[in-house]
Amino acid sequence: MRIGLFATCLGDTLFPDAVKATAILLTRLGHDVVFPPGQTCCGQMHINTGYQREPVPLVRNFADGFGDPSIEAVVMPSGSCAGSVRHQHRTVADRYGDAALCAGVDAVAAKTYELSELLVDVLGVTGVGAYFPHRVTYHPTCHSLRLLRVGDKPLRLLRAVEGIDLVELPGADSCCGFGGTFALKNAETSTAMLHDKTDSITATGAEVCTAGDSSCLMHIGGGLSRIRSGTRTLHLARILAATRTTPDVLTEASV
Amino acid sequence: MSSARDTVLGRIRDALALAPTPPVVAPRDYRTGRALPDAERLALFTDRLLDYKARVHPCTADRTAEVIGGVLREFGVRRIGVPAGLDARWLSGYEGEVRQDHPDVQPAQLDALDAVVTASAAGCAETGTIFLDGSPDQGRRALSLVPDLHVCVVDLSTVEAGVPEAVARLAPERPTTLISGPSATSDIELERVEGVHGPRTLVVVIRTDA
Amino acid sequence: MSTFLGMPAPPPRSPYGTGNLRGDRAFPRAAHDELGNDQLRRNLGRATGTIRAKRLNVTGEVPDWEALRDAGSAIKTDAMNRLPELLEQLERKVTERGGTVHWARDAAEANAIVARLVTATGSDEVIKVKSMATQEIGLNEHLESVGITPYETDLAELIVQLADDKPSHILVPAIHRNRDEIRRIFLDHIPGVDPDLDNVPAHLAAAARSYLREKFLTTKVAVSGANFGIAETGTLAVVESEGNGRMCLTLPETLITVMGIEKILPRYQDLEVFLQLLPRSSTGERMNPYTSLWTGVTPGDGPQDFHLVLLDNGRTAALADAIGRTALNCIRCSACLNVCPVYERTGGHAYGSTYPGPIGAVLTPQLAGMHAAKDDPNSSLPYASSLCGACFDACPVKIDIPSLLVELRHQHTEQTGVTPEKLAMKAAAAVMRRPALYTAAQKASALGRVVAGRDGTISRLPPPLSGWSDSRDTAAPPRETFRSWFASEEGRAALRAAADEQNTEQNTEQNTDHDDEDAT
Repeated sequence: MRIGLFATCLGDTLFPDAVKATAILLTRLGHDVVFPPGQTCCGQMHINTGYQREPVPLVRNFADGFGDPSIEAVVMPSGSCAGSVRHQHRTVADRYGDAALCAGVDAVAAKTYELSELLVDVLGVTGVGAYFPHRVTYHPTCHSLRLLRVGDKPLRLLRAVEGIDLVELPGADSCCGFGGTFALKNAETSTAMLHDKTDSITATGAEVCTAGDSSCLMHIGGGLSRIRSGTRTLHLARILAATRTTPDVLTEASV
Repeated sequence: MSSARDTVLGRIRDALALAPTPPVVAPRDYRTGRALPDAERLALFTDRLLDYKARVHPCTADRTAEVIGGVLREFGVRRIGVPAGLDARWLSGYEGEVRQDHPDVQPAQLDALDAVVTASAAGCAETGTIFLDGSPDQGRRALSLVPDLHVCVVDLSTVEAGVPEAVARLAPERPTTLISGPSATSDIELERVEGVHGPRTLVVVIRTDA
Repeated sequence: MSTFLGMPAPPPRSPYGTGNLRGDRAFPRAAHDELGNDQLRRNLGRATGTIRAKRLNVTGEVPDWEALRDAGSAIKTDAMNRLPELLEQLERKVTERGGTVHWARDAAEANAIVARLVTATGSDEVIKVKSMATQEIGLNEHLESVGITPYETDLAELIVQLADDKPSHILVPAIHRNRDEIRRIFLDHIPGVDPDLDNVPAHLAAAARSYLREKFLTTKVAVSGANFGIAETGTLAVVESEGNGRMCLTLPETLITVMGIEKILPRYQDLEVFLQLLPRSSTGERMNPYTSLWTGVTPGDGPQDFHLVLLDNGRTAALADAIGRTALNCIRCSACLNVCPVYERTGGHAYGSTYPGPIGAVLTPQLAGMHAAKDDPNSSLPYASSLCGACFDACPVKIDIPSLLVELRHQHTEQTGVTPEKLAMKAAAAVMRRPALYTAAQKASALGRVVAGRDGTISRLPPPLSGWSDSRDTAAPPRETFRSWFASEEGRAALRAAADEQNTEQNTEQNTDHDDEDAT
């Protein structure tokens, strides 16, 4: 399958390893990964902060960049960006765009998937040949859980990883407190939520906390690092990309 | 100057004109018209009532008076209130004072009663709910509210499986009270406590063949 | 005048400075104090944890729960679409049955109507059923100002009233208090209370029972709200637990019910949906202990003088927004509060309004507005959410609260002038729309590596990012962006290797297949 990879602005700029892992994983599974070079940002941060005029060019750029019909599916290692493309781009297009943009947005949204959805629903795989001999706990990010309804797909993928010691995260479905600019505008409330999440994570004794969104992991990882917990954050894609021959080396603090 | 009524209705019409939305027909795909066999309704109704800490006495209709008498004796009841239309034979097993209610009886006088005995209009098994509708055998609402013990007779044939079936039995114009267990509160730390202002004890006599 | 030459005019919000729809501080500042209160955090954590589990149990056991939610949502939407005719029908039915209907444009008008009605009875006190509408309009404060004493009879409202406190939850206004605090409040404020009263909830409830008993039996006027008003029959509904509602609705001679115009349901049959949705969502019970349904006046049973006050107070302003309008579908169950991670940490007072939590954050600004020029605390409410979506899942009438929050944020940014944030958003979008500029900006961001410590993390950032770095380390930007890696020889080599691995795997699989065949 010819798959268009959307790196997301955060992944492209700050957390490229998760995107690299996505590209490598899909290639390893026999797919043709393309990276439309004009891509930048989906505009989620703008929209969720209350700005809908400003991201119109971003929405258009996304629809144009991935509109190519030869791209059969669009994937991104981010539940919240996929949620924005599928649930918010149309609102922006309706309000400040034109009919052509609405049509373009709909066409792209219909083939847009978060990584675990693409793997399980579209490609029909749960065992991806990964090998990751570590104790791992999984935090389901809110937008993948409640906006995209990915359900237990990430867990099914993780359970099929060879060597993994997967432990349940207590209160898993509670928000970690990131929420984009919420973490800045309501920093103290966000921190209170973060502390409860990092407490739950540390209680599992996991070496690694994984999730499908680098933004939430940046927040959780930042909290874990501050308390010197010893638990690392790692994007789901990196665990799935790790194999016996090319293991993920747990050295960098990045997600 | 226009009246508040005209102003508010005018604002609503303006609002709907400014933001028109398409008409909606409510989908009603939830369960309705459920019928359960007697034994299942009795078991479900009983289970739910017990869950609310109500007391339940299933019996056949011919034992109504005996059961009511036993309950009133058990609680040491000496003075009861009854609605004017209550079947007098139900009280043949009770030897204490009986005060028949009428609209002039003051709330403070109701407060002096040890218990009240009423019939009921309907029941809902799934939620353990009893419906009173102010019929002559149930009386006015104050009567079944002020005394601390309410003995309520429910005929199993009037107990429906679910809420839609039970609501369909109601007469909208009648003052109706839905009772699910004794009064309760969850206001302290969201922990349920039975017994606040309404009757602290609810005894339900379910007549299985009536 | 609402209409001029046939042009519809936007209805007004609840007048600024009236009622209880606005706090005195923005949410983050108010939350700061609440977050520092460990007792509050523990009380809320325990209470919301309890109720969440109960709600999941009783909603999970209903196989048609989603169908009920769909029906509930659609019935409310239909009611809003047909509001004028339904309200007129309700008015006609209540009047036919001996009641009197009053209309109130805003809080002040509703308060004045109630005070006038109470005064006309000659009574200088009223007993009250817990009601969000009368809390919203500040009825108690108004009645006191004209010499009428209101007695709250719901246990939690009583606790709040005795402590001269404010409600912090829609269903359980004293959720921020634990049993020890409640015991203290009762000992300090209930005349003649047993000095040996302990903190057992059943004993505390019994103390409230004996305190209020005499009030119920002697007070001539009651004031209530309404959970539902049925247009078809003129029937009103109050859903409650303690029996204080039944007392107030039944024993006094005069009953005055204040109902928001959005509480209307078209048909009596609609109760079959809402009597399932509401109790299971709010207290997590299959059915609440008591529901009272009454239609006007019934000779010989209950109050013989009945007044219904229909309240606008900004509801029509919310109705004028096709998206925001769905917040009017709320049935005040408070499930969204109980599942909200923000509410759970800050409590209800931080929202500054009668309506706290997720629904409050979307309802309050619509009823009372977000006044840009006045540095309005209500403008901070739509941002008091991480948009986690738990509220939407819990809502029995499927109000998409996260989308409403985003919508209100948008309305707020549209009505404010140029702000540093808006300029930053514009600048960010201007860069991100041009891939060349974007790539250049990415290179600049890699300079952040310079400020990182030896462990590769940044522990302190300047405002407005300092709130972030107070509790989180930030990883230094990587050496290389994804796009430059993808275009690099290293990237190409990595992907080639992955593709080769796939080919190897396929070959292995084929070999395995052969082995299997050999075995058979």
